[in-house]
Amino acid sequence: MRLECVVNGEPRDVAGVRESESLLQVLRERMKLPGAKNACEQGECGSCSVFLDGKLVCSCLVLAGQAEGAEIVTIEGLADGDALSPLQEAFIETGAVQCGFCTPGFILAAHDLLQRQPSPSDAEIREALAGNLCRCTGYAKIIEAVRVAADRMTT
Amino acid sequence: MELIQPISWEDALAAKAAYPDARAIRGGTDLMIELGAGDRLPATILDLGRVAKLAEWSLDDGHVVLGAGVTFTELIDELSCELPALAMAARTVGSPQIRNRGTVGGNLGTASPAGDAHPPLLATDAQVKLASARGARWIGIGELFAGPKRTTLEPDELIECVRMPRASGSQQFSKIGTRNAMVISVCSFALAIDPSRRRVGTGIGSAGPVPLVAEEAGRFLEGVLTEADAWESGAPLGESAAARFGELVSAAARPIDDVRGTADYRRHALAVLARRALGWARGARDELIG
Amino acid sequence: MASANVLAGDQLTRTREGIGERTLRPDGTLKVSGEFAYSSDLWAEDMLWGATCRSPHPSARIRSIDTSAARAVPGVVAVLTHEDVPGRKTYGLEEPDQPVLAWDLVRYQGEPVAIVAADHPATAREAARRIVVDYEVLEPLVDPDEALDASARALHPAGNVVRHLSIRHGSVEEHAGTADVVVRGEYEIGMQDQAMLGPESGLAVPDGDGGVHLYIATQWLHQDLNQVAASLGLEQDMVRLTQAGIGGAFGGREDLSMQIHACLLALHTDRAVKMSYSREESFFGHVHRHPARMRYEHGATTDGRLVYVKARLVLDGGAYASTSRSVCLVSGTFAVGPYECPNAEIDAYAVYTNNPPCGAMRGFGAVQVCFGYEAQMDKLAAAVGLDPLEIRRRNAMRTGGLMPTGQPVVGPAPVEEVLRHLQETPMPEQLPGDGERLDQRELPGGVANVTRGEGLRRGVGYAVSIKNIGFCEGYDDYSTARVRLWASHGEPIAEVHTAACEVGQGLVTIHAQIARTELGVRRALVRPADTTVGNAGSSSASRQTVITGGAVKAACEAVRERVLELARERLDGDVEADDLILEDCYVASRSRGPLMPLADLLGEQVIVEEREWRPRPTLPLDENGQGDVHAMIAFAAHRAVVDVDVELGLVRVVELTAVQDVGKALNPLAVEGQIEGGTAQGMGLALMEEIRVQGGRILNPSFTDYLIPTIVDMPPVRVEILELAQPDSPYGVNGVGEPPMISSGPAVMAALRAATGRELAHVPARPEHLAGLSGELSWR
Repeated sequence: MRLECVVNGEPRDVAGVRESESLLQVLRERMKLPGAKNACEQGECGSCSVFLDGKLVCSCLVLAGQAEGAEIVTIEGLADGDALSPLQEAFIETGAVQCGFCTPGFILAAHDLLQRQPSPSDAEIREALAGNLCRCTGYAKIIEAVRVAADRMTT
Repeated sequence: MELIQPISWEDALAAKAAYPDARAIRGGTDLMIELGAGDRLPATILDLGRVAKLAEWSLDDGHVVLGAGVTFTELIDELSCELPALAMAARTVGSPQIRNRGTVGGNLGTASPAGDAHPPLLATDAQVKLASARGARWIGIGELFAGPKRTTLEPDELIECVRMPRASGSQQFSKIGTRNAMVISVCSFALAIDPSRRRVGTGIGSAGPVPLVAEEAGRFLEGVLTEADAWESGAPLGESAAARFGELVSAAARPIDDVRGTADYRRHALAVLARRALGWARGARDELIG
Repeated sequence: MASANVLAGDQLTRTREGIGERTLRPDGTLKVSGEFAYSSDLWAEDMLWGATCRSPHPSARIRSIDTSAARAVPGVVAVLTHEDVPGRKTYGLEEPDQPVLAWDLVRYQGEPVAIVAADHPATAREAARRIVVDYEVLEPLVDPDEALDASARALHPAGNVVRHLSIRHGSVEEHAGTADVVVRGEYEIGMQDQAMLGPESGLAVPDGDGGVHLYIATQWLHQDLNQVAASLGLEQDMVRLTQAGIGGAFGGREDLSMQIHACLLALHTDRAVKMSYSREESFFGHVHRHPARMRYEHGATTDGRLVYVKARLVLDGGAYASTSRSVCLVSGTFAVGPYECPNAEIDAYAVYTNNPPCGAMRGFGAVQVCFGYEAQMDKLAAAVGLDPLEIRRRNAMRTGGLMPTGQPVVGPAPVEEVLRHLQETPMPEQLPGDGERLDQRELPGGVANVTRGEGLRRGVGYAVSIKNIGFCEGYDDYSTARVRLWASHGEPIAEVHTAACEVGQGLVTIHAQIARTELGVRRALVRPADTTVGNAGSSSASRQTVITGGAVKAACEAVRERVLELARERLDGDVEADDLILEDCYVASRSRGPLMPLADLLGEQVIVEEREWRPRPTLPLDENGQGDVHAMIAFAAHRAVVDVDVELGLVRVVELTAVQDVGKALNPLAVEGQIEGGTAQGMGLALMEEIRVQGGRILNPSFTDYLIPTIVDMPPVRVEILELAQPDSPYGVNGVGEPPMISSGPAVMAALRAATGRELAHVPARPEHLAGLSGELSWR
C-alpha cells in the first residue's frame, strides 16, 4: 500500500508499505528515520516514541495505515536546523546520555511534559517519563536534564 | 492482510458484517502486540480510528455515556469527578504513551483478565452498547466477559459505548503491581458506594478468568450501611466491618498462580485492598497531594 | 553503502578537557538527534534480512530438518543449517562447546537450528517458522543440584561440572571450635537479564573476494573475530569487524549471538545481510546472569570478629559453558567479601543444565555472593549485638590483608572509609505521620493507590562490595592503542585508534581526554573501533579505562617522545631535555613558557605510535585454591533506605547512597553515571528482575513481565567518590563499572529484612515473600 503523511513538516509519500507494518517500521526502514528506536516493539519501553497529530505515542503500536494523513514529529524533527532544542542540549550537558538508545524517546516524552507543564516537580517528571526505560543511567541525570531544560525555557 | 478504514459508524458496522473475522483496532495498544510485528496476522483489520463519534462522551440524565474510543488520558483529564474510580484506574494503565492511545472500548474488547478498566466498570454497574448492522443491544458489563481474552460479542458486533451513573458517593480503585509504574496488575479492586441508589458496587481484576464482582461483599456492606443509617453520613464503620468486607472480597476471587504472583498472595492482597479502600471511602486519609 | 558514512565519521571533540574534568560525550549530539547509527539502524542497498529458527524444546534430539517449505516462500534467498557451516561448527568464549547451528542435540529452549535470508524481515521470520524440525523430545535436566549428582545424565561429553573450585584457606577444621557464635544461611539468586535496550543486531557485507565485513554491536571485536573466522573457515585477514553503535551491553554482548549467522548468510548469498533480534528473541539470544544457590556458615567471636567462613556455591551455567569457569572463579574467590577471615572453606560449582545459558553480566559472579556474605554479616551482627556498620568495620579488609586465596590486597582497601562515609551521610526525611497530607507518588505502589500509610515500615540496610578489575588466573590481559599526531590548518590533531568498544560507558571521552592531556592538543579524534588495530580485550570486567586507557597513555607518551626529540633538534640544544613539555598546542619549556606552536614543529609530518599495555600479571590457583589470581581490586558500598508496606509486600526505595573508590575519576560525569546506573541495576535485581524458568522454559521473555526499574521506582542516589590512587595503573585509576552493581542490591535486601523482620532468602524479594506468604527457596 501507499502511505502519505507529513513527517517533521515534510510531506512524505511512501509506496510498497505492507499493511502489517507498524509506523515504527515504516519510519525506520522506509523513510530512513531510525531515531525512533526498536528496543521492545511492545509498547513497554518508550524508545519508539513519536508525536502523532500532537500526541505522544509508541510508534510500534500504530499500524502504518493509521498514520495516513497524519502529522508526525520524530526526534529528527526536534532541532531547529542545526540548533538543538533546550532539552537536547540539557541531555548532553548533564550526562543524561550514555548508550543513548533510550534518549530519543526520553527527549520526546520530556518535550511533551514541558509543553503541558513548563515547571514540573520531580514527581511530575517521574510520572510523565514512567513509560520510558533506561538501562544505563539510573535516571538521575535524566531528571536533572529535564529540570535544567525547564529552567532555561521558562526564564 | 487487508486494512479497512471506515469513516462513519454505519460503514464500520457494515464492514464488520461483511468481514466477521476482522479484528478491530483503534489505539492498537493491545492488538499490535498480538500481531507480533506482523508475524500473527489476521486476514482483515478494521481500523476504527477514523470514526469520530467513538471518541465522544456526554452526560445524560445523571449518567455518563462514554464512547468506546475515549482514551485513558481523556478519562483522566476530563472525567475524574464524574467517574473517579475509572479515572484512577486509567492513571495506572501502562504509560503516558499507552494512555494517549489506549481506549476503554479496546480494554473491553481485549477482555484480558488484567484489564484495568474492568473493575471500576463492574463496580459502577456499567452497561455496554454492542452494535451491529442488525441493530444494537445493551448488556451489563459482567455479561461481556466469556473467559480470558474472550467476549460474548457476536462476530458482526462492535463495542459502541458504555454508560454508567455519575458518581454520587465515594469510589476507589487500587492495583497491585511488582513495580511502581507501567505494570500489569497482579490484582486490582474497585469500590463504588452509591448512596443515591443505596448500592455498593465492587470489581476484582486479575484474580480469575474474567473480572469478578464480589456480590456477597457488596450486599454485606449495603446491609451495614443501611443498619447504621450511614449511607449519607460518611462516618467510619468500624474495623470489624471493614475486615469482614475484605474477607468477603477475597473469597469472591478465583485466582491462579502465574508468573506475576501466586493465588495465595492475590487473595491476601485483595482482602487488604478492600479493607483499606473501604476505610478511604469512609473518609480516612483522603487528603492527597498530586 | 549508506551506513558507512555515519560509521566512518570521526567523532570530533573540540573541548579542551583533559583527564579529571567533567567532559561531555563527543557522540552526544548524534545521540540526542536520533542520528547515531546503532547496529540495528544499519542498511545497505539490496540487503537481505536474516532470521533464526530456534528449538522450542529445552532438550531434544534432532531427527531431521526439512527446509523445503521455507525455501518455497517467495522472497527467501537462503536457508542454512549446520551442514552449511564450513569451519568449526562450535564456538564459545572459554570452550567452543556451543553449536553455531544445532545438530543431533538441542540443549536449551531457543537454541538456533537453522537460519534464513529473505528480502523482508517478516518473510524471513515466516520462512523460519516453516522449517520442519523433527525432534525427539527429551526430559530436560533443570535442577543444578541434580546435575551435580554423578548419576545424572551427562549433557556434555565431559559431564555436567563445568568447574569445581575448592578454596582452603587456613584451617576451618582446626579453628571452628574457637568460634563463639555461628550463623548459617541459605540464599538463592534468580536469573538476571542484562536487558540492554539495543537488540542484538548487525550487518554482514561480503567483500567480493570471499571475505566479509561485519558491522556489529559487540563488547570484544577480536574475540568475535577469532570465533567468526574459525566457524567461517576463513583466515582472519578475510574477516573484518567494525564496531557499530551499541545500545548498552552489561555483559550481554560478550558472547556471540548473530555474528556467525549473518556472515554465513552474506557469504552464501553474496549480498549484505542484516539481522536484528526482537525483544523476545533477545531473551533467548544472549546469556544471562547465573542463578545461584548458596549455603553459608560464618563463625565469629563474641566481639564479632570472623573466625571462619564455609560456603558452598552452585551456579547454574545452563546449556553451554560461555564464561562459567571465570564466573565460578570470581564467585569463589570473593565468597567472603571485603572482610579478612583467617580460615575459609569454599566450594564453588558451575554446572551444565538444560536451562538458558548463563555467562557474563556486570558484576560477574561477585554479585551473587555479595547477597550471601552480606546477609550473613547482618545475621552475625544481630547474633553478637553489634550494629551492621560496626561488624563490618571490625572485619574490614585493609591494604595488605589477605583474601581467601592468600592473595594480599596490594592497592587501597578503603572498607573502613566507605563505611564511615555511609555512617556520616544524613538520613532522608521520616515517613509521613498520621494526619499529614500524603503524596501517594512517594509511597509504595505510587498512583496505583494501595496504601496511604497503612502497613508502612522503614528499613535501612548496608552492603559492601569487592571485585577484581581485569581478567584473572594468568590470562594475558592487555590492550593496544595507536595514536597519530599531525597538523592541519595550523592546528595539531591527535587521533586515537583502538579496538575497545564504546558500549555507552564513555570510553570515547576517556581516550580523547588522555590524548589531550598527554599531547597538549585541543582536538582529539577517536576513530571507530575495528579489527585493523590490535586487540583491546573486552569491554567487561571494568577494565577498559584502566587497560586500554593505559595503552592510549603509553602510545601518547611514545608520540610525545618523538615530538620532543624533534623539538630538541629544532631548538638546537637550546633547552634541557627534561624541561620540554607539550601544552595548549605549544611546545613549551617548564621554566620559560611557550617556545613554538606544535603545528609549526610538525609541519607535514605525521607521527604514529602503537603500544600495548598490561596490568600486573596474575597467576593460576593451586590445588588449594591459593594464588595471586587477580590484578586489581575495587571496593564500593551502599546504604539503602526503603519503605515497605509489610502487609502487601510492596516497596518504595526512598534513597540510595553509594560510596566508591575509583582511584582517579578521569571523567567525574561518567563516573557518576556508572555509579548511578549500576546502583539501579542492583536495586532491580533485589526488587523485581528475574527470568522465571520452569522446566527449562522462560516464562517471561518480554519487558511486560521481565521488569526493570522505571524512573518512578528509582530513588535519588547520593554518590560519594573516593580517589585513592591504585599502584601500577595509569593516573592511579581503578575500574568503575561493576562495583556499584554489586553492593546496591544486597543493601536493598538488608533494608527489606530490616523493615519486614523476614529472612528473605530469595532474590529478588517478591511481594508474596515480603508479605510472608510463601516459601522462598525453590529447592525446598
